[in-house]
Amino acid sequence: MKPAPFTYHRPDTVDEAVRLLSDTSISVRPLAGGQSLVPMLNLRLAPVDRIIDITRLADLRRTRDDGASIRYGALTTHAAFEDGEVPDAANGLMAYVAARIAFRAVRTRGTIGGALALADPAADWLTTVVALEGILHLVGSNGRRALAAEEFVIGPYLTALQEGEILEAIEIRKRPASERWGHYKVTTKVGEYAESMAIAILDRNRGTARIVLGAADGAPITFAETAVRVLQMDSPDRLRATIEQELIAAEREFLPAKLSMHTTVILRAIQDAASK
Amino acid sequence: MKTRISLTVNGTKVESEVEPRTHLADFLREHLRLTATHLGCEHGVCGACTVLIDGKPARSCLALTVTLDGAEIRTLEGLQGDPLMETLKSAFHEKHGLQCGFCTPGMLVSAWDLLSRCPDVNEREVRVAMSGNLCRCTGYQGIVRSILAAAETQSSEKSA
Repeated sequence: MKPAPFTYHRPDTVDEAVRLLSDTSISVRPLAGGQSLVPMLNLRLAPVDRIIDITRLADLRRTRDDGASIRYGALTTHAAFEDGEVPDAANGLMAYVAARIAFRAVRTRGTIGGALALADPAADWLTTVVALEGILHLVGSNGRRALAAEEFVIGPYLTALQEGEILEAIEIRKRPASERWGHYKVTTKVGEYAESMAIAILDRNRGTARIVLGAADGAPITFAETAVRVLQMDSPDRLRATIEQELIAAEREFLPAKLSMHTTVILRAIQDAASK
Repeated sequence: MKTRISLTVNGTKVESEVEPRTHLADFLREHLRLTATHLGCEHGVCGACTVLIDGKPARSCLALTVTLDGAEIRTLEGLQGDPLMETLKSAFHEKHGLQCGFCTPGMLVSAWDLLSRCPDVNEREVRVAMSGNLCRCTGYQGIVRSILAAAETQSSEKSA
């Protein structure tokens, strides 16, 4: 199908974009890579009166090395991570994740900021940025603010972004070289959205572990108790029991098959990290 | 309200007034009569409409033309005579890489991009890289064989 008519604006500055996006009398949407929004427009599932093309905002394109962290412009494409056009703050995890998002022809245009702002529970960046404890930089009519990734995501397709506010950059602290990451994702077909995905980040030298599950019907879930048990070198069977307890405690009402899938996926991500 | 834009299509500068809702595939097919680009699903799933935008493969059904002011577009027509594309086309011909032909333009553009970036691909890599292009005749065996044959021809021509 073809999209219904809408008006189009291409602001040159963030201030102008914010001003255009703040008009709540009509339905306004920012357009970045368009890999989720345009299908919705074509299918006429997203009613939009006005599109604000933010792709020419230079501030959102820039990636900067701040020494302790890397600040990725929200318009950085998945392919830019995949191809190493931007530095990887997480020992290759970001490039690995990016290379497994959808298909090459989608990755060349889809952006990290767009994916996060949409907050599809099954999208790869959401889980990754929560796992890496990223800081999201937002800009709106009340100025700028920074939010921890975990606070940014509220639920399925629901974020802390307010009317007229846009995601400007994603800041990821540079991870120590002693850290090991593990990743596991189940999809029905290559390039599809995840049925389940997990990231485990272990650093035995520093005694830290972080385990995050995505595609969990809402915001990514962090497994604090499991992380402690991983560092205590619990056996896979005992880890499985702890993971299940934490999954049930998350109160997402997973069906038994899904509970089993998520448990296995988390365990495999842990094993992947532990084997490196 | 139409917006005036200027872009390059297959090396030719094009100036046009477009409605914001016109996606690139319709612009190519209906405004420029470049009908090699096919439209299958029109929501980014099938890959038939894959073209190169600024040298990189993209779904032309998911790119609003109005956003492409200043961009450089290359379609299958624009790749005619390109050595790698000619190798691919011969391989698709010889190895039965097409049946009805509807998905073929997207397959060729995606395969061209793949072999440009990664000349030494194995079968698994071809299958993963081509997973964004659907063939409703389910002729994947022939398509994969064609791309692998083209990769081989390309590498033997380089070493010759």
